[in-house]
Amino acid sequence: MKRWLIAAVVFLLGRTKRKPRAPEPQRMVAAGAANPRAERWFIGLLLASAFCAAGFIAAYALDGIPHQTQYLGLGLGLSFVCLAAACTVAAKGLVVTEELEEEYSIEHVSEQDTVVQIVEESGSRFTRKKLVTGAAVTAGGALGAALVVPAVSFGPILETGKFYDTPWRRGRRLVDDGGRPWPAQEIEEKDFYTAYPEGADREQLGAAVVVVRLRPQELQLPAGRDGWAPSGILAYSKVCTHAGCAISLYRTPLFPPVEPKPALVCPCHYSTFDPARGAEVIYGPAGRPLPQLPLYVDAEGNLRAGGNFSGPVGPSWWGVRMGKPT
Amino acid sequence: MRLGLAVLALLALALPATAVGSLPLPYGIVDAEAPETTPLRELGFQLYAGNCSICHGPDGMGFVNKPEQEISGVTVGRGPSLRGVGEQAPDFYLRTGRMPLGTLGEQPQRGPVLFTDHQIRALVAYVGSLGPGPSIPRPHPERGKLNKGLQLFTEHCAGCHQVVAEGGYLPGAEAPPLDEATPTQIAEAVRIGPYVMPRFSKRAISDGELDSIIAYVQYTKTPNDSGGWSLGHVGPIPEGLVAWLIAAAALVAVCLVLARRLKR
Repeated sequence: MKRWLIAAVVFLLGRTKRKPRAPEPQRMVAAGAANPRAERWFIGLLLASAFCAAGFIAAYALDGIPHQTQYLGLGLGLSFVCLAAACTVAAKGLVVTEELEEEYSIEHVSEQDTVVQIVEESGSRFTRKKLVTGAAVTAGGALGAALVVPAVSFGPILETGKFYDTPWRRGRRLVDDGGRPWPAQEIEEKDFYTAYPEGADREQLGAAVVVVRLRPQELQLPAGRDGWAPSGILAYSKVCTHAGCAISLYRTPLFPPVEPKPALVCPCHYSTFDPARGAEVIYGPAGRPLPQLPLYVDAEGNLRAGGNFSGPVGPSWWGVRMGKPT
Repeated sequence: MRLGLAVLALLALALPATAVGSLPLPYGIVDAEAPETTPLRELGFQLYAGNCSICHGPDGMGFVNKPEQEISGVTVGRGPSLRGVGEQAPDFYLRTGRMPLGTLGEQPQRGPVLFTDHQIRALVAYVGSLGPGPSIPRPHPERGKLNKGLQLFTEHCAGCHQVVAEGGYLPGAEAPPLDEATPTQIAEAVRIGPYVMPRFSKRAISDGELDSIIAYVQYTKTPNDSGGWSLGHVGPIPEGLVAWLIAAAALVAVCLVLARRLKR
């Protein structure tokens, strides 16, 4: 606000103290001819740039079209190419230039004035100023919009209920990729396993979990998670909370006294989670822990889910910290 | 002199705290003075006493809870117990040069093999006799399927070792490239889980699947670069850099041409 006020004051003062125009000096050159062809090209290229940027937005909005990424790249790329071509045309055909060679060090005030005068007298090559301005604004606006629109992919702010919807329910068995249930005693320390909800769609974001076993005395789970890890067996969402890659690295020391402690690691950006402490982030760009799936062992000794995850599954989005909608 | 060393080595087992101090530092090898007819296990026992017991303790009991300490000027490291590791682990660690460790506490990495083949067999026989444990695996990569191996390697191994087994990094450790790994060593590493690598059970990776993985790793040593320029097989970063260099050169050329034409 303060800056705006200062700017307004300066603007007003500047207006009132404008120097009166000096008397017209003698002409040096005749006014140059307009270049309507170059001007048409300039406007056309600006509009083409705007069209390509709009195409980018359209390709972004139409989810599921084949080769979407290629169309996105084509749209944005051609938009920039057209803009560059428009600038080239303007520089070559429309903007008056005058060169004057001089040595460095000495300032030729009078000759600089001469150049200014020649350029001014040459007149503007632009004849359709409104159209040119309109085309430039259209191109700039469309390109700017194309650069801003992908922010929609950061996710919704308000309607976030679907992020909490997963196939996991209390009593649902954990199965391997062949559909066989996971007996608790087959989960060994130092190994890691991928498990899915029995009889549910595995392509869902919340379906896959990574299962590891630690010694029960090593666990320091957050409050309220008592009984979530029978015999030290832990299940976490396999989807990294940073960018949604699969947690496919398990760092597990062969000789714990001198080696790094166990960690679940995402191979994309090395987000590192501590399975002993509720998958708290200990390194890397992830902003929140992996959601934990409560487990229990049924009468046959197989692993079953004790409920849904401890938090929203998958990469973070706008509003992730607002909590679960009621 | 060498007989004396062997005797000292034997003493080290009985009196680790005092005798260990008089042994040479764990760089290089303390050879056993033993006739050629010495049984393998006996030779292994002597070599173990001279070279391994300083960290792994007498009779492979390990120094697990004791902090590193100096005894008569020699640092005694902490090392895991070797009881029950079988013949698999000593064969892997000695034949890849990972043991003896250069510096205490560092990540064991592939290096020059310090023992002769006969000495390794002796040490493997001795450590294997300390307790029941897995024997040296005998993989059959010729029975594996390359495409299945690629799929399994991508799923289980490529996160750390990179998809054409060039090696990589993870927080706190280095995943080695597999270009020198033999089929037996790959099978051993999968079942042992050296350093911070997971130990894959037969439920996670069956022996048949392991054959396919080994077949794929063997293939990555001489991959078919049908695209042409492999750039070291290290993936999109160098490829992107090269693309940018070419694009930048082209852009500079365009700028020069434009500038020249405008000048006219």
